[in-house]
Amino acid sequence: MSQSFNPKLNYELTKEAIGYVSRKEATQADYDRIGFMSGLEVHQQLLTLRKLFCRCPAGKFNSHDDFDAEIVRHMRPTLSELGEYDGTALMEFKTRKNITYRIKNETACTYEIDDTPPFPIDPIALNIALEVSILNKMNVVGEVHITRKQYLDGSIPGGFQRTAIIGVGGKIQLQNKTINLIQLSIEEDSSREISDIGHERIYKTDRLGMPLIETVTHPEFLNPDEVKEGADYIRFLNRSTGKVRTGIGSTRADVNVSCRGGTRVEIKGVAHTQWMPELTHNECFRQWALVHIIKLLNEKAGDVSQWKLNSVTLDPEEMNFSCELLQLACKEKQGLIALCLPGFKGILSHFTQPKQMFADEIATRLKVIACLEKPNMIHSENLYPLLSAAETNKISELLSCKKDDAWILLWGPEADLPTAVETVDERCRMAFTCVPNETRKSLSDGGTTLFERVLPGADRMYPDTDSAPIPLKNDQIEEIRKQIPTDIFDRFQQLKAWGVPADTYTYILKKNLVPLLEILHDELNINPRFSGVFMGHTLKFIENNYTRSPAFEYRKIFDLFKFLKDQKLNLNIAEKMFLAYYRNPTLDFNDILSSLNFKVVSKKEITDKIPALKETFSRIKFSKKGNGSNQWIIGQIKEMALGNMSLSELNTEINREPLLIP
Amino acid sequence: MNDDIFQGYKGNALALLQKYTARVWAAVAIETTRGLFEGTILPRAENTDEEHIVLKIITGYNIGVEVNTVTEIRETGYKKANYQIPEKQFPVTEGLPYVKLFGTGGTIASRLDYRTGAVIPAFSPGELYGAVPELADICNLDTEKIFAVFSENMGPKQYLELAHAIVKEIRNGIDGIVIGHGTDTLQHTAAVLTYMVRNSPVPIILVGSQRSSDRPSSDAALNLMHAMFTAGTSDIAEVMVCMFGPTSDEYGLLHRGTRVRKMHSSYRSTFRTIGDTPVARVTRKSITPIKKDYNPRRKDTNVELYPFFSEKATMLYYYPGMKPDVMFAMIDAGYKGIIIVGTGLGHVNKELYPAIVRAKEEGVCVFMVVQTIWGYVHMFVYDTGRDMMAKGVVPLGNMLPETAYIKLGWVLGQTEDPIEIKKMMLTPICSDITDREPYNGYLVLQGGVPEVEEFIKKVHK
Repeated sequence: MSQSFNPKLNYELTKEAIGYVSRKEATQADYDRIGFMSGLEVHQQLLTLRKLFCRCPAGKFNSHDDFDAEIVRHMRPTLSELGEYDGTALMEFKTRKNITYRIKNETACTYEIDDTPPFPIDPIALNIALEVSILNKMNVVGEVHITRKQYLDGSIPGGFQRTAIIGVGGKIQLQNKTINLIQLSIEEDSSREISDIGHERIYKTDRLGMPLIETVTHPEFLNPDEVKEGADYIRFLNRSTGKVRTGIGSTRADVNVSCRGGTRVEIKGVAHTQWMPELTHNECFRQWALVHIIKLLNEKAGDVSQWKLNSVTLDPEEMNFSCELLQLACKEKQGLIALCLPGFKGILSHFTQPKQMFADEIATRLKVIACLEKPNMIHSENLYPLLSAAETNKISELLSCKKDDAWILLWGPEADLPTAVETVDERCRMAFTCVPNETRKSLSDGGTTLFERVLPGADRMYPDTDSAPIPLKNDQIEEIRKQIPTDIFDRFQQLKAWGVPADTYTYILKKNLVPLLEILHDELNINPRFSGVFMGHTLKFIENNYTRSPAFEYRKIFDLFKFLKDQKLNLNIAEKMFLAYYRNPTLDFNDILSSLNFKVVSKKEITDKIPALKETFSRIKFSKKGNGSNQWIIGQIKEMALGNMSLSELNTEINREPLLIP
Repeated sequence: MNDDIFQGYKGNALALLQKYTARVWAAVAIETTRGLFEGTILPRAENTDEEHIVLKIITGYNIGVEVNTVTEIRETGYKKANYQIPEKQFPVTEGLPYVKLFGTGGTIASRLDYRTGAVIPAFSPGELYGAVPELADICNLDTEKIFAVFSENMGPKQYLELAHAIVKEIRNGIDGIVIGHGTDTLQHTAAVLTYMVRNSPVPIILVGSQRSSDRPSSDAALNLMHAMFTAGTSDIAEVMVCMFGPTSDEYGLLHRGTRVRKMHSSYRSTFRTIGDTPVARVTRKSITPIKKDYNPRRKDTNVELYPFFSEKATMLYYYPGMKPDVMFAMIDAGYKGIIIVGTGLGHVNKELYPAIVRAKEEGVCVFMVVQTIWGYVHMFVYDTGRDMMAKGVVPLGNMLPETAYIKLGWVLGQTEDPIEIKKMMLTPICSDITDREPYNGYLVLQGGVPEVEEFIKKVHK
């Protein structure tokens, strides 16, 4: 093997070879070049009192250590309705995990742990799902069939999620394009993972079984920004019903991405829409890099059917590696295997994502499938060599590596090593032919991802033999149709027409405040431009910086404005009064005003002060420019003016007389 | 048959499918007043309405399309599903015990049944090996589907057939017997086999599952592994039920066929030994006896068969205010033995006395067991009890109600002589009546008590 090979340089060169550009630099032409394609599966928790298929309360959460009992389960793959095993199922079975559920009596009954069949579906949740389906302009099904969707990762104790389609088809209108929808389903939420180390995975069951809807789009987003726009739209639409949960974890999207020649890869559980552009950008380029690897391998390593990985079991004690990781493995009596990957030189350090290379694809699969905790391997193209040149040579020799080969050294519990070798072999073989179908999870950097599971297909669906189909009658649908809120696209248009500044739209739609703007306009004759700014700036600022009273609700803002209108006070005092009200909505408005030292003063009393102030200003003025006076004067009498007259009117009054400049 | 291509559809739905010759398993596009639906037509379950067509859409989900909304159906393709557990030759391994598995129905291995929408059992060594490959490390397996009935449809005919089949296998030198059985009446079959198949040299293990094997978290595979391991290697040569100890996937318990009872409608750990401890605890690797006094495995094949069962036995679950007419009706119907399941220590009200008297006069034997499930009948404690004994009611100690009924059927199959019947009923067989109840034979923990909560938190349920 050549000693002169430089993995760092190779990483940079391959990054360049595939034409990677950062998202900031990327243009539509870049995305067209690599064939960016993305679709969304947006999950939204529904606001119900109970879980979907049992009578446990929804929305109560507990900490990791707060539990009453533990249950252990193992999952086995079973056949789908069409008589096939699902790929993910088989992968999970290979990993042989002990799955422990931590149960809290308050939030889990025998249903959650699959010790009792389901109770009838929560009718409120079903109606909310129907409402959103109608809003999405979907074709509502005639009969709801509860289906079991296999999840062998253990996130659901039964090994399957109960889910059902409510609508198919439908579309959403973004600013510049229409996105078609595939379906909307109602389903139960999964358990929350506490930890996953080696063969032990632990979950808690508080969230398990809470009702969710999932809106699935066609893969019609052609750049990362569109993905975010679509996700926001769906989120706003769900929230416009006022019947969904908000807050951390209540809306999560699975983002599907592919590039030309790539495949559908699903980035799971993206909790913030602002992460989506970076994630989809990098994922698309990762696939583009893997497509490049296919080309390289077929040129260099030949036909995959002839390709054979060569492995040698090493005696850790005899090898006596200097590297700390290997010494530790030796001390823990772990097994050690060296693998020769023919023709893989330059592939292991091939760029895949920022700060990741092809070797990481293998390492993560080793962790997930073979349960080898990271770091679990050293290889011939580590950016920072962990072995001495002599040790490296020895490994090459033992494996009879040729000049174009690469090697991997992996270690772990003996029992897991056969699966580990199989995993490396499988991943390397795939590198010749395809971008593997995977689900990936995003790293905390918000931009790159790691392998999570093999992507499940339609083969994991099975009819739920424990529940009967639920017919949806036309009357029921029409009844719901009568009460659906305005379309989000129309709301965007309305905000524009009202002249509300665009920087407030996201907040207003996210918090579903358009109906409140409408009421303020219709009943109190308040200009939506004013109330829009109040919501999008004042309310948003206070919400982000102060703790709200549990008694405060957005609709209470109406009472504040009504009070001001009734008292014939100028609305510009609202901003000042709002913080106290937000923290304690039971306060009397008059008390708030007195605490602010507010007094009713006539306009004349205020404007009478202008001449004297002008005079003072001309004396103390230190700036050569003449335009500071109005600001200074307003500053002096603003406190007095708020609630009594508008500041723009005050400004006009000041302008009436020119300033005397000595 | 023409009907087959519209499997399960009736009435309006069938008419619609016929109109457009849209077959089951056809890929179709259905235009409706609610929009377009595309997918594959699936069979319709028997007990559902006639107003919907079931489609599997491209994403794998099933939906129903209302017949009244349909304006057009276009067939675009056809693909019939082949639901089959992959069959693999079950390997023969030198040195492993030979176990015979009898299938009676139930959910040990099952597949989807479109007729009912429920699951039906699938069964053959190959299918089992395909589904639970670990079995090949436990034993050499032979299977026989002796009948396929749901547990609740098991009865005297099946009991006799099963007992004969088991005895035949034992006489041929098998190392152990496993019977796959639905769980609802598992305890009845376990009791009846205890009485019919006596002095077995090998274990006879009944096993079922509480969650059908078509779900990933099913208890079927582990129960089956435990049962096979017990049948093949255990030293305990008795009729036993092998089911989950805790609801967690941890270990199984072996319960004596006469003392076991299903105690929860859906829990995995539903089977409990009543009034005693289980015989042993089993994992995939070991069997740990809890009781010392069991019948050990023998090398011979000298099993005894008592293939008798009469349908003249019946059972009366007493409730306050019960009138004697219920019992008169039983006597009039020709029943020769009645198990009364009485309150508390074994009581019924005085209104029933005339019926008890008449039963005795007409040679109908009346026995008493308790509704409390745990504990003995004690008819000397109160006058009522003494009155009834004087009128001929025979207390059955701590025999379980279901066991008592089964034993009575078995005894009546052999004699109708009241004295003989009484003698046989009171002669303990395989702990159906025990001399003493150990302090830990009754353990029903109460949730909410701090000590119990502490225990539950530490020990997997």
